[in-house]
Amino acid sequence: MDLITTFFNWRVLRDALPLLFEGLGVTVLLGLVSIVAGMVSGLLMALLRLYGIAPLRAAARVYIDVFRSIPLLVLLVLVYYALPFVGVRLSSFAAAATALSLVSCAYTAEIFRAGIEAIPKGQFEAAEAIGLGFLNTMRDVVLPQALRIVTPPLTSNCINVLKDTALASVVAMPDLLKQATQAQALAANPTPLIGAALLYLALLLPLVRLVGHFEARHREATR
Amino acid sequence: MSAIVEIAGLHKHYGAFHALKGIDLSIAPGEVVVVVGPSGSGKSTLIRCINLLEDYQRGEVRVDGEKVVRGKALAKVRAEVGMVFQSFNLFPHLSALHNVALGPLRVRGMPRAQADERARALLVKVGLADHCDKLPGQLSGGQQQRVAIARALAMEPKVLLFDEPTSALDPEMVGEVLAVMQALAHTGVTMVIVTHEMGFARRVADRVVFMEAGVVVEQAPPEQFFGAPREARTQAFLQAILPH
Repeated sequence: MDLITTFFNWRVLRDALPLLFEGLGVTVLLGLVSIVAGMVSGLLMALLRLYGIAPLRAAARVYIDVFRSIPLLVLLVLVYYALPFVGVRLSSFAAAATALSLVSCAYTAEIFRAGIEAIPKGQFEAAEAIGLGFLNTMRDVVLPQALRIVTPPLTSNCINVLKDTALASVVAMPDLLKQATQAQALAANPTPLIGAALLYLALLLPLVRLVGHFEARHREATR
Repeated sequence: MSAIVEIAGLHKHYGAFHALKGIDLSIAPGEVVVVVGPSGSGKSTLIRCINLLEDYQRGEVRVDGEKVVRGKALAKVRAEVGMVFQSFNLFPHLSALHNVALGPLRVRGMPRAQADERARALLVKVGLADHCDKLPGQLSGGQQQRVAIARALAMEPKVLLFDEPTSALDPEMVGEVLAVMQALAHTGVTMVIVTHEMGFARRVADRVVFMEAGVVVEQAPPEQFFGAPREARTQAFLQAILPH
C-alpha cells in the first residue's frame, strides 16, 4: 500500500465525512457554550477579584490560581468519573462544557483584570467626579476601553478552548476527534484522522490569523 | 450667606509625608477662588479632597451643608461638584457630545435626546459647535479641555473645581481655555481653581489663596494679594514667579 492510499484515501474520507461533520458540529457547539460561559463568568470573576469585599477577593484569587494550575484533562476526568460517586452524574457534553468553562473562566478573569488595570486612573476619577456609580463606570467608561485592549488575548483564549474540546473525546463525547478515531477504526485506515486534522485547521487557522490582525492593528493604534 | 464649600481642620498624610496640615477654608456661593503656591504645596490635594478623590485623615469637608464622606451619598455629592483635570481625562471611546451627555444621561436619568441636546448647547457655549461628533483623540489639547469643562457643566454643579486646567496645554492653547473659564466666572458659578496663571488670577479671582508646605499662608482679594502681600513667604513666592 502506498502513502496516498494509506493517508489520503478519498473513498475512506468520503464515507467518513458525514461522521466528521457531525463531530465538527459537536466540537463547535461545545466550544461556543464553553467560550460564552467562560467569558461571562470570567468577567464577573475579574470584577470580584478587583472590587469584591476582602473575603470574596481572596476566594476569587484562589479560584483563579487553582483552575489555571490544574490540567484540563485531570479536571475533565474528575468531573465525569469522580462526581458520580457523590451523586452528580453529568452527560459527557455537560461534563466537558463544565470543565472547559471552569478553566476558561479562570484565564478570562486574568485577561479582563489586566485589561481593566490598564485603564488610566484618570478615567476612574473622571467617572467618579461626575457621580457615576460603580456599574455605570464599568459599563460606560471602563469596560468599553478594556474590551479593546483584551480582544487579542481573549481571542487567543477562544482558540485554546476550541482546541481543548478535543480532550472531551476521552469522556466518550462524540466530538470531531472521537468521530475520526471511530471512523479510522471502522475503515482500518487513518485517513479520517487526517480529515479531522484538516477540519481543526480550517476552524482555527482563521482565528489565529485574526489574532495576528488584531495585534497588528493594536500596534498601529498605540504607535 | 452660608458657605457652599466648608473645609475645617483638614489633615492629609501620604505615608510619612504630611501633605495638608490643618486647612480651614470657607467658600461662598458664586465666589471664584484661585489657589496658588509652589508645586508640592498641597493645593491640588486640597481640591481633590473636596470631592473625595483623595481620602484624608482628619477634619471635614462640607458641600452645601452636606458632609462629604464615603458611602451611598457620595455619588450624589460628587454630582454637585464638577471637576476639570490637568490631563482632561475625557473618555477616549466616546464622542465629545457623548462625553458631555453621559453624566446627565446616567446620573440624572435624563432621556437620551434631552441629554444630547444639553450637551450640544454646552459645546456651542465653549465654542465647539463643529466638533460634537469628534473623538477626543481628534481634538487639540485646548479643545479637549473645553469639552471637559462642558462635561463638568452638564451636571449643573454647585461648585466647579479646576485642577491646573492649563498646565498640560501647549502655550498657544492656554488662552482659549482661560477665556472659557473667565466667561464662566461671570455667570455666578462657584469656582475653585488651582493654577499657575497669575494674570488670570489677578483678572478673575474674587480671592486668591496662597498655600505652601500644606498650610494656607495668606488669602486676600487679588489687588491686595498681588499689590501688597502681607506675608514674607507670599512676597518671596510672587517675587520668584512674576516678571520684573
